[in-house]
Amino acid sequence: MAVLEVEHISKRFGRTEVLRDISLSLEKGKTLSIIGSSGSGKTTLLRCLNFLETPDTGVIRVNGETLLEMPDAKNKRQRESELRRKRLHFGLVFQSFNLFPQYTALGNVILAEELLAKDTEEWKQDKAAVRKRIEEHARGLLVQMGLEDRMKNYPHQLSGGQCQRVAIARALALGPDILCFDEPTSALDPELTGEVLRVIRDLADQNTTMIIVTHEMAFARDVADQVIFMDEGCICEQGDPKEVFCNPKEERTRRFLSRFMEE
Amino acid sequence: MTFAEQLPIVLRSLNTGFLQTLRLFFVTLLGAIPLGLLISLGTMSRLKALKGFLKIVVWIVRGSPLMIQLLIIFYFPGLVWKNNIWGSGESGRFLAASVAFIINYACYFSEIFRGGIQSIPAGQEEAGLVLGMTRTQIFFRVKLLQMVKSVLPPISNEIITLVKDTSLARIIALQEIIWAGQAFMKSSEGISGAIWPLFFTGIYYLAANGILTLLFSRLEKKLSFFRA
Repeated sequence: MAVLEVEHISKRFGRTEVLRDISLSLEKGKTLSIIGSSGSGKTTLLRCLNFLETPDTGVIRVNGETLLEMPDAKNKRQRESELRRKRLHFGLVFQSFNLFPQYTALGNVILAEELLAKDTEEWKQDKAAVRKRIEEHARGLLVQMGLEDRMKNYPHQLSGGQCQRVAIARALALGPDILCFDEPTSALDPELTGEVLRVIRDLADQNTTMIIVTHEMAFARDVADQVIFMDEGCICEQGDPKEVFCNPKEERTRRFLSRFMEE
Repeated sequence: MTFAEQLPIVLRSLNTGFLQTLRLFFVTLLGAIPLGLLISLGTMSRLKALKGFLKIVVWIVRGSPLMIQLLIIFYFPGLVWKNNIWGSGESGRFLAASVAFIINYACYFSEIFRGGIQSIPAGQEEAGLVLGMTRTQIFFRVKLLQMVKSVLPPISNEIITLVKDTSLARIIALQEIIWAGQAFMKSSEGISGAIWPLFFTGIYYLAANGILTLLFSRLEKKLSFFRA
């Protein structure tokens, strides 16, 4: 069963149509790569899924539950708490990490989970136990990211690659159904992209459901179960990575890919 | 009277005046920082009416002399409603001066805070939202400390200015240190025509601002554990 279904999403900023009638679906445990040139709407699509932007029209469903249904007008009155709950279906890793600078690597991973735990009955009964459990969980995630000796470091003491791995651990901490990456290696020095791509690949091997917007074509081809090529706000072509990369049907896809292959 | 005889009398009087100066300083600080934060949040609010109103208030308060504001706040209620809401004597003057100083400094602080909050990259808020945090949580747990760090130098400037600005309250005869020093120019406690007590008040201001400067550099060091 599809964990994510997106139907007919459109979005405009002023007179520019950024997304035009986007529909897609993603199976649980699968990885979807979104490729396309700058300005094709990839990032806006991810931001819509994470409710950082509100689509003008369309439906988003996670596990069959409709998160967003706006036939035409924007419904700004959606209750904040409802929105927050729905957001938690998704995790988002940003291009520029956006770690909280005044928290250590461990603190960054713990913060949101602890704030969420404060609303629970369990927290009222035994704070120390809940805190301990959350910290253990966060430590485990950082170890998984290969950062066992970096837990007490602040973001400015870490390399870009380490920062991005902390950001991935932070996004995983809340156990999202779908983890989204917005060009996770674009802000990194070339020699640091490898370590980040490696942990994403590990996550794919563990059947984490992911959507990855990327310019790393080889990575998209190897890791993804499904590829979408976007152009001017539309899904131009989608399908099996081997098909899309080796045997593109659309002229625009072919032109885009050839530009990358030359590099 | 010799200088040696004058000195203890003058110091006692200046100390009393300086105590009033410090009182006004601390009351202003305690009132203006939270009020300034509220005003800064208001000027960034989505409510257009609130935003417009506060912008006008900030313009008026920053655009006119504090001395005039002191006079208006102190005398206006009595002139218009024939009712001195501040109460009589030194405590009444102190209350009026506190209100004028708090409003004036809150407006200056609010602009500094607004600059500090707006200098925080949008990605910080977005990261918090994606992690299911409320806007209040994001403000207090993520943005506030970053804002404090970035506004520390301009705020320390304002606070040092505040120490000296308290002397403006003399215009409504608040008995702060300049008022105390000036009294000896005419005649007070058997000393008359002495201007040196007024010069001497400078040492009090210097000492207070020396301590504040040290305090702020310590605070800056404390917040150097992270980089925004």
